[in-house]
Amino acid sequence: MSETPEMITRSRSDGEVLLSCQNVTKEFSVAGSTVVAVDDVSLEFPEASVLAVVGESGSGKSTLARMLLRLMPVTSGTITFRGEDVTSLSGKGLRQYWSEVQAVFQDPFASFNQFFTVGSLLRRSLALAEVTGDEAEALIEECLGYVDMAPAKTLGKFPHQLSGGQRQRVMVARALMMRPKVLLADEATSMLDATLRVNVLNVLHDLRSELGLTVLFITHDIGQACYLADRVAVMERGRVVERGSTEEVIFSPQGEYTRRLLADVPDLRGSLRT
Amino acid sequence: MSALLARATNIRCVYGGGEEDFTAVDGVSLELGEGEILGLAGESGCGKTTLGNALAMIATPPLYVLSGLLEIDGESIDLSTLSVADLKRHRPYRGRTVSMLPQGAMNSISPTIRVRSLVHDVMRAHDPRVTKAEALDLARDRLKMLDMPVRVLDSYAHQLSGGMKQRLITVISTLQNPRLLIADEPTSALDVSSQRMLVEMLLAMVEQRIMSGVVFVTHDLPVLSQVSDKLAIMNAGRIVETGPTRRLVEEPQHDYTRTLLSSVLDPSHETRERGRLRSSGHAGPQAPTSEKEVGAR
Amino acid sequence: MSTPNAPVTDEKEAPRSNPFRSLNFSARFWVSLVLVVGIILLGMAGYVYPTSPGEKVGSLYDAPGGGLPLGTDNFGHDVLAVLMAGTRTSLIIGLVAGVVATTIGVVVGLLAGYVGGWFEELLMGVTNVVLAIPSIIVLILISISLPQSSIWSLAVVIGITSWPWTARAVRAQASSVATREHIDVARLSGARLPGILLRDVLPYILSYTVMAFVLQVAGAILAESALSMLGLGPSGANSLGIQLHWALAFQAVGGGAWWAFLPPTIVLTLVSFGFLLLQSSLDEVFNPRLRRGKRKQMKQAAARRAEEARLLAEQAFPAGAPEPTRAGDQA
Repeated sequence: MSETPEMITRSRSDGEVLLSCQNVTKEFSVAGSTVVAVDDVSLEFPEASVLAVVGESGSGKSTLARMLLRLMPVTSGTITFRGEDVTSLSGKGLRQYWSEVQAVFQDPFASFNQFFTVGSLLRRSLALAEVTGDEAEALIEECLGYVDMAPAKTLGKFPHQLSGGQRQRVMVARALMMRPKVLLADEATSMLDATLRVNVLNVLHDLRSELGLTVLFITHDIGQACYLADRVAVMERGRVVERGSTEEVIFSPQGEYTRRLLADVPDLRGSLRT
Repeated sequence: MSALLARATNIRCVYGGGEEDFTAVDGVSLELGEGEILGLAGESGCGKTTLGNALAMIATPPLYVLSGLLEIDGESIDLSTLSVADLKRHRPYRGRTVSMLPQGAMNSISPTIRVRSLVHDVMRAHDPRVTKAEALDLARDRLKMLDMPVRVLDSYAHQLSGGMKQRLITVISTLQNPRLLIADEPTSALDVSSQRMLVEMLLAMVEQRIMSGVVFVTHDLPVLSQVSDKLAIMNAGRIVETGPTRRLVEEPQHDYTRTLLSSVLDPSHETRERGRLRSSGHAGPQAPTSEKEVGAR
Repeated sequence: MSTPNAPVTDEKEAPRSNPFRSLNFSARFWVSLVLVVGIILLGMAGYVYPTSPGEKVGSLYDAPGGGLPLGTDNFGHDVLAVLMAGTRTSLIIGLVAGVVATTIGVVVGLLAGYVGGWFEELLMGVTNVVLAIPSIIVLILISISLPQSSIWSLAVVIGITSWPWTARAVRAQASSVATREHIDVARLSGARLPGILLRDVLPYILSYTVMAFVLQVAGAILAESALSMLGLGPSGANSLGIQLHWALAFQAVGGGAWWAFLPPTIVLTLVSFGFLLLQSSLDEVFNPRLRRGKRKQMKQAAARRAEEARLLAEQAFPAGAPEPTRAGDQA
């Protein structure tokens, strides 16, 4: 595992590494010149833990997320899942990957096909989950149960009939239908109100405890990372500049960028003017 | 307590559109002193943006202001807008007495013109006689006053960072020295570092009397503790609690205020503890008692 | 200055626009619908009209009168009967050609827009080639080479030469829909390409598809008329274009027999106008922002609001108390 000069690594994680990426780079060519969105990133995501990737806009965290999900090709580098190279998957292999690695995205409304009901959305995953008949209904009920929603009230509804928080929880339930080992939450709470945010974060907490899920939490909000994550990686302009346990990175940051980031976060009680 | 800058009484707004009108603001009154920044906080759908639009007198159908009185600068202005004629009636005040900085304004700058053309357009909209030279002089002075690089005037919008665009738009919307600025979610799309710069700029502007008061509308409570003297917490069209920021944050009276405060997650030991508690000693979700082995394939 | 506890709402359901909300049909829509239906009825009326289009009821260009509302044509047939039959034929050709063109255009556009990359380049290349070739020439060539052109062959030929611009319109839309998040979610749920195209892309471009179809039908009817006027129309059948063809061939214009060429011209004009108006009114139906709202309902709502505002003003300033200066009073 190579380390770039600027990256500061504190403690390493213990626990078996499920998903990891090595030297992943993504370049876009825009109007003649090349933009490096992700620059030589190597990260490890161990079992049954929450890793937060924190970065501001332009840090490349969302691009990294899409590559890890195999929704976007990498320019160079490798992604490894369960010891196998999954960097250039397609077709059946890709669907197999998605039966184990799932995601929830930022915009609760845009994630839905507005013409179909919640039930329809969930049942669509059944083919990939390889579940039929009675088991199917049971699975749907179970997944909705994890996010504290009742099938009777939810399945028949269209997305526009649900609130933002409900939509996001349905999306989590959808992701769980595949019984994944890894759940990637890409700014999944950013468009939710503060009170709903805590709910969804708690759901993610519980999934880690109850199901042993690996959660990859992408966010710009280091406070949420502090609440949810065991480990934090800080990204700046495409590179990981510091990583370690939450305590290390947030309470005794060593990197200059990390320190500046933390200093700029408004502190509810500490920043009071009067 | 400083002298009173503005008092708004009994503002009531509805959204018309179908069979029934939806009441967005249900009888809100508030006060603001000279040199004060009022934080208007609430979650989505609480009516804070609508209230801001009513105060800035830019409510257009399907939004209707049914009633409301704004006392400012020795005048009593009837805020009601039931028709386009009412909007015309408000024209002399818009931008001068009360100026609005809408959410997402920074993304609405035309990509084909340079900033200096934008400045001229905005000033001309309020006073057709203003020449480009006059507008630019004013803009340059203002930028220097606020420690911003004057060269931004020659740039195109897309060449500027998000934080710079937002500060620029704030400067442009206050060139007329409005008495009151209503800023709707000015920091929501910004990184924390840009947020800090914008907040500092707003404080400097009030101090230098570019405007005499600001209503800062947002869902983000921590930002408000940095910037506001007073807070008004809004829910379902009503203000549920209001008072000095420090008092509300340290001794909230209303349940909803408490709920909002407790949902703030800052990078602190307390937050970490809460997270740890959740991981270990929690009650667990209402998962069915299925003994299925999860993950086993 | 803290105010006492006021009631607080729970997480409420955010009112979002319902895609199935009863569509607001404007005056424009009804007018165009009436026109189109009227013309369809004209065509259908041919089944119940006593005279058949092939029946000789008079001589060359008899003027209207004596039981013949539109006189006779060059063959001595009842012009009205021929008109009805012709309208029917033209409509059928338009419909079939429209279906063929829209189907090809939508399939090509969807695939090109969604799949992207070299495949899109390839499909768009083909589209541009078909677009560039003047369709009239192709139609003429094909019509000449076929031993006998029937209504169906003509319709199909028109259909397969007029799909390109539908394909381009659909491709642009499909390309934009392909970047949306719900597509990612569909892929992650294991959906395959056909399912995604049908379920996640097509409904989002349905309005364009419907509008494209309407335009294709109108275009096809006009194309058929043009061909028929040139004498390349379906042999042995009656269509509006063929009526005009005979009128030109037998110099109805010069001879003053307006009843031979004017009725088909008028019907053709009304058909085009009706379909074009329908297409633009559909734009309003599908695009909520263009809607102007039911006038009566809006008037009632405005009156209701004015009343409410008056009541509120009275409460704030009971009669006799000094009124606030309304902004307009300054000048």
